[in-house]
Amino acid sequence: MTSRDIAIRYGFLALLFALIGFFAISAEGFASPQSAVFIFQSVAITGILALGVTATLVVGGFDLSIGSVATSAMMAAAYVMVVLEQNALVAILACLLIGAIVGLINGFLIVYTRVPDLLATLGMMFLLVGLQRIPTEGRSIATGMTMPDGSVANGKFSDAFLALGRHRFDFFIPNLVPVSVVVLIVLALLIWFFLEYTRFGRMMYAVGSNERAAELAGAPVKAYKIWAYVISGIFASIGGILLAARLGRGDIASGNNLLLDSVAAALIGFAVLGAAKPNAFGTAVGALFVGVLLQGLTMMNAPYYTQDFVKGAVLVVALVFTFALSNRGKR
Amino acid sequence: MAEDAVFRVAGLRKSFGPNQVLGGVDLDLHSGEVVVLMGANGAGKSTLVKIVSGVYRRDGGQMMLAGFDYRPESPAEAMRAGVVTVHQNINDGVVASLDVATNLTLDRLNGAGAPLFLNPRRIRREARAVAERMGLHMSLDAAIPDLSLADRQMVAIARAMAHEPKVLILDEPTSSLSSAEANRLFALIDRLRERGVAILYISHRMSDIRRLADRIVSLRDGQIAGVFADRPLDYEAAVNAMLGQAMGRRTIEPRTATGTVFSAENLKLAEGARPFSLSLGDGEVVAVTGLVGVGKTALAETLFGARRPLGGSMTLKGSVYAPASPGEAIAGGAFLVAKDRSENGIVSDFNVYENMSLPFLRRLSTFGVSRRRAERALARRQIAELGIVCRSERDDMTTLSGGNQQKVMVARWMAQGASLFMLDEPFQGVDIAARHDIAAKLRASAAGRATLIFVTELDEALETADRILVMSEHTIVGEHVNAGIDMDRLLAEVAGQPVRGAA
Repeated sequence: MTSRDIAIRYGFLALLFALIGFFAISAEGFASPQSAVFIFQSVAITGILALGVTATLVVGGFDLSIGSVATSAMMAAAYVMVVLEQNALVAILACLLIGAIVGLINGFLIVYTRVPDLLATLGMMFLLVGLQRIPTEGRSIATGMTMPDGSVANGKFSDAFLALGRHRFDFFIPNLVPVSVVVLIVLALLIWFFLEYTRFGRMMYAVGSNERAAELAGAPVKAYKIWAYVISGIFASIGGILLAARLGRGDIASGNNLLLDSVAAALIGFAVLGAAKPNAFGTAVGALFVGVLLQGLTMMNAPYYTQDFVKGAVLVVALVFTFALSNRGKR
Repeated sequence: MAEDAVFRVAGLRKSFGPNQVLGGVDLDLHSGEVVVLMGANGAGKSTLVKIVSGVYRRDGGQMMLAGFDYRPESPAEAMRAGVVTVHQNINDGVVASLDVATNLTLDRLNGAGAPLFLNPRRIRREARAVAERMGLHMSLDAAIPDLSLADRQMVAIARAMAHEPKVLILDEPTSSLSSAEANRLFALIDRLRERGVAILYISHRMSDIRRLADRIVSLRDGQIAGVFADRPLDYEAAVNAMLGQAMGRRTIEPRTATGTVFSAENLKLAEGARPFSLSLGDGEVVAVTGLVGVGKTALAETLFGARRPLGGSMTLKGSVYAPASPGEAIAGGAFLVAKDRSENGIVSDFNVYENMSLPFLRRLSTFGVSRRRAERALARRQIAELGIVCRSERDDMTTLSGGNQQKVMVARWMAQGASLFMLDEPFQGVDIAARHDIAAKLRASAAGRATLIFVTELDEALETADRILVMSEHTIVGEHVNAGIDMDRLLAEVAGQPVRGAA
């Protein structure tokens, strides 16, 4: 292995550890369990969305609708509990159903009507952004709000549902790890195992690399593609559930950054371990990387408005890692 | 030769990493002469072409064009200097979204002095001039996707010729043309030769070489292994020089099948095609031959479930066989090594063992979890079995030569026992040594299944198959046992002509 190979393979991880070391020394309180948990919590929802979009990247597609699926799920959870006065379980099932249905529609549009993936999911994103405003005429959902017909919505977020956003598990220190972080880790392990170690994951990579070859090797290519979008939709709706639980209301204005942040995490993941392709481990590291950087900079008093710039810069560097330094597309 | 060479290459060297691909190549091209460059896969032909055409930089050696030092930094520079290359992939030479006229004049839109605004009338005028000079007879308004492959090829060449090149390089230009189309190309090459262009023609096809060559240069392992210029050209010696061993055509001891494995009744492949029946026996290797575009691939895909027949029925191992997808065909024991491996076979992101296990992952998994250890063991076995040259089963596919890539494709499908084993153009872009390896392997393992190969080159059928079926116009028009074949009748069937006179 040449030094160049090592740089490509471990460069990004080395950069991550260097950053952590730097912040640990220069930002007081950075190297603490609370700070670590805060970083995880700050990237939990985007991380979950990013893991979902990774599945679509693996089959050679893309899902731009994840952000709006998440916010739609959030609004749906609020609507089910506050307006329809149902319990937490019904709300969660409704959200997951929305994610699955949107994923199916995306997959169907892309596979059967042959709309290009970017365009189909862009259209779906637009549609959902609008759709989630219709039931409440564009208002946010909270207990006591007035409905379009003049009645007052008296339901409230159930305690069980709010616990998803507020409960913290004991982990060496009491009340340390929030539910969202546990969900992120579990989903990351699940999708990582699925993509790397099952034959379904392998076939999805085959579909993404050479669709025709996968088809002639007997793979049901269309089904794999549709499943990828369903996975993406469900993951996004889980993100939306956690978002609703954290906010405790259906906030029409939240979740604006979800799409870009999670896509960035997935793309940064290409550079991790020199994979040069979408992969679950890389996506998780990519999300963490952004989290570490923002937390560190915030603790060093960098103003909030520099955040997007920093994220964009990281993404550009990671893409250079992936495409210029690795052997992609050249001899 | 008395006159000086227009183009001269001396001591050209090129390595990729530790791999030396060209080890000091000397080559002269004279105007008005067609030099055929022969070489097995991996001999360095493509590398040589890419250096000459400015795609790769050389590591050492000299190139002289018309007496001056020639070192192109880019394909555009090579073209402006007068060295024009038409690459193997026809669609690389044309822009599908533009019409013929724009394609013919495309290069004038770049470089210094190109006008800022397009003048459609001027483009058409220039295009007409180009087309006339080249003897092209096609509508200048035609869209590229509506043209046949040969016509696209003609457009690409005509466009290249608009530069008045001193040197024209054609890299396997006939590899996807039918013989009638190829004849049109040959006529064009004849005209260019008369106009004094120095032509370097790279091909595997003996028929092309016989038709065109003024001189043959054989390349082997990155070095010139022989130059043949004395009339009559010694083709056999050229082939031997390229291979480094005498490889006369092998003759087959045709075997007779024991019992029917597969049969088709009144199979209809295309609208208006005559339905046909066929039957394949256990242990025999059957070749389906015919020109490009007569339905060989359609038949392969039909038998593999990638395409539905318009009529008829099929039986595999005594039960009705009507696969709705390749997946069903594979489950039923019918495997296909598809043609054009880079497009239909190789998953380039996967390494050798992942490529081999692709269709049989289900059998190599427990509860959906793939067993990499089993996959690798299987791949190692197949690598040894077919003599695939690679460092290990974890090599990237891109590091393998064409012949070895093809062997991986064959090995992929030979990893499990098939009832009906089909190979569509298995020798495409494969050197003769690998071709003989694959053919020998097919024959040695033929017992217990029916083997069907689809080949355009008659030689490939003759040296591999027990029985030869001839296709024309989407139906089977002839059948021959591979011993004392009546070649006249066979060739007439291939050409789609009724046989005249007494047989």
